[in-house]
Amino acid sequence: MPARISRDDVSHVARLALLELTDDELERYTEQLGAILEHATDVEALDLADVAPLSHPLPVQNVFRDDEPGDALDREEVLGQAPAAESGRFRVPAILGEEP
Amino acid sequence: MTATALSLAGAVRSGERSAREVVQASLDAIAARDGEIHAFNTVTAERALAAADRVDARIAAGEDPGPLAGVPVALKDNLCTRGVATTCSSKILDGWDPPYDATVVSRLAGAGAIVVGKTNLDEFAMGSSTENSAFGPTRNPHDLTRVPGGSSGGSAAAVAAGFVPLSLGSDTGGSIRQPAALCGVVGVKPTYGRVSRYGLVAFASSLDQIGPFAATVADAAACYDAIAGWDRLDSTSITDPLERTSAALGRGVTGLRVGVVAEMTDERMGIAPDVLARTRAAADALASAGATVEEVSVPAAIYGLSAYYLIAPAEASSNLARFDGVRFGLRVDAPTTAEMQRATRTAGFGPEVKRRIMLGTYALSAGYYDAYYGKALKVRRLILRDFEAAYERFDVLLSPTSPTTAFELGTKTNDPLTMYLNDVCTIPSNLVGHPALSVPYGTGSDGLPVGVQVMGPALSESLLFQVAAALEGSLA
Repeated sequence: MPARISRDDVSHVARLALLELTDDELERYTEQLGAILEHATDVEALDLADVAPLSHPLPVQNVFRDDEPGDALDREEVLGQAPAAESGRFRVPAILGEEP
Repeated sequence: MTATALSLAGAVRSGERSAREVVQASLDAIAARDGEIHAFNTVTAERALAAADRVDARIAAGEDPGPLAGVPVALKDNLCTRGVATTCSSKILDGWDPPYDATVVSRLAGAGAIVVGKTNLDEFAMGSSTENSAFGPTRNPHDLTRVPGGSSGGSAAAVAAGFVPLSLGSDTGGSIRQPAALCGVVGVKPTYGRVSRYGLVAFASSLDQIGPFAATVADAAACYDAIAGWDRLDSTSITDPLERTSAALGRGVTGLRVGVVAEMTDERMGIAPDVLARTRAAADALASAGATVEEVSVPAAIYGLSAYYLIAPAEASSNLARFDGVRFGLRVDAPTTAEMQRATRTAGFGPEVKRRIMLGTYALSAGYYDAYYGKALKVRRLILRDFEAAYERFDVLLSPTSPTTAFELGTKTNDPLTMYLNDVCTIPSNLVGHPALSVPYGTGSDGLPVGVQVMGPALSESLLFQVAAALEGSLA
């Protein structure tokens, strides 16, 4: 198992997940995530060497259908639920020129 | 509302009672007592009465509105309802009225049932007490100082309080069965893929499944029969032929092989003595009714908790990326899109949701994927193997649903890990995709309801209802 999750790790993960944390939150989440991940080390007791991962309970396969026009959601109704829309599209603030 | 769904539907279909009268009685019960319970986020009184009038008109015209004609139902507020707020008990969906109905909502309407409202939940179904709601907790109708369980606490409480005879919840790690146990009602998690997830706001897509709450096993089976079946709108929906489970209820348990899961009936696993006593009483009742009851070991099952709390957050971190202030719900304005997305997610998500998003993001991140997420998936396979081995010798498995009866509000909110331990007996069924249900079986030493869990292999719903009916009958 990797080393216990650090404050910097949590800060990095929050950035990846587009969340801002206060110092207090950073402290608390580091402690709590550490405890949860530590509990998860109980699986070290299992021999997993020759076990294939199971990502899904069903043998999932691609499901295809014929490409025929059918009912779709009403465009105006969908855009009407957006925080901002314009000319049949979702409207967002500036994207170009900002930090990624 | 003490009448069952089936008796209400019978009365409505025969013209003995109008759907309007039945729905009005439900709305009156909600108005009288939901102020203290808070099962509902939204009550859709006008729509419900209009729908009731349509059912009554069909009956007047000599038509059959369906097997659940006029039955008031409540929906967990993570099931999409066209034109009616669907909040997931989160601030981030503020102001969102979905442009479509979930498949289960259409199917219930097709069976004649009438939606009276949307019920409270732990935000995005993440929790075991319904305390993680942005709109405040739901209280247990049996004792208002206690939690109803979660995450489908509002749906469980709505049935337990007699507001509605039927409701729907979603179960990702026990979110139907655990609140059913704590509220003293029946709760069912079907086989993964049996009930369409179309229109269920996704938490962990390989684990989520919709299912019913009811006061009786027969009502739960009737509701399951109404919502189950293949749906072209859910690519994980199962195409196998469907059996009407209602037909199985009277079959009894003679000759059935029942395994009592050793690892889930062990005080060292934190299972309370009074809950264990009720589980043993249920096992004895099945033996008296003609079943063969033996203890069985499912060794990997106890590692389900660890696997689950990596897999579910990993899937959640991906699913919840869609809440970014662009297409629906909350937007916190900022000069650039990236700043807007960060501000929106920071203001919109509550603490438990943020915790799980970060846990999942971490488990999937470079350098940690193999150690956490990859390992959890291997554990998941081991658990499946152990259950498959158990089902070679047993038809169904029995365990407690929840380690304890309903606990007091506020007692576990500061320690996420302690809260997660509530799910130790329910999580394995989600990981392997098998069906399981919780049926009330008496009370604990505090007088509060205890539920026992019946588990079975994939597509064994009829068998589970059959065993649950026998347990219910043994208490009568």
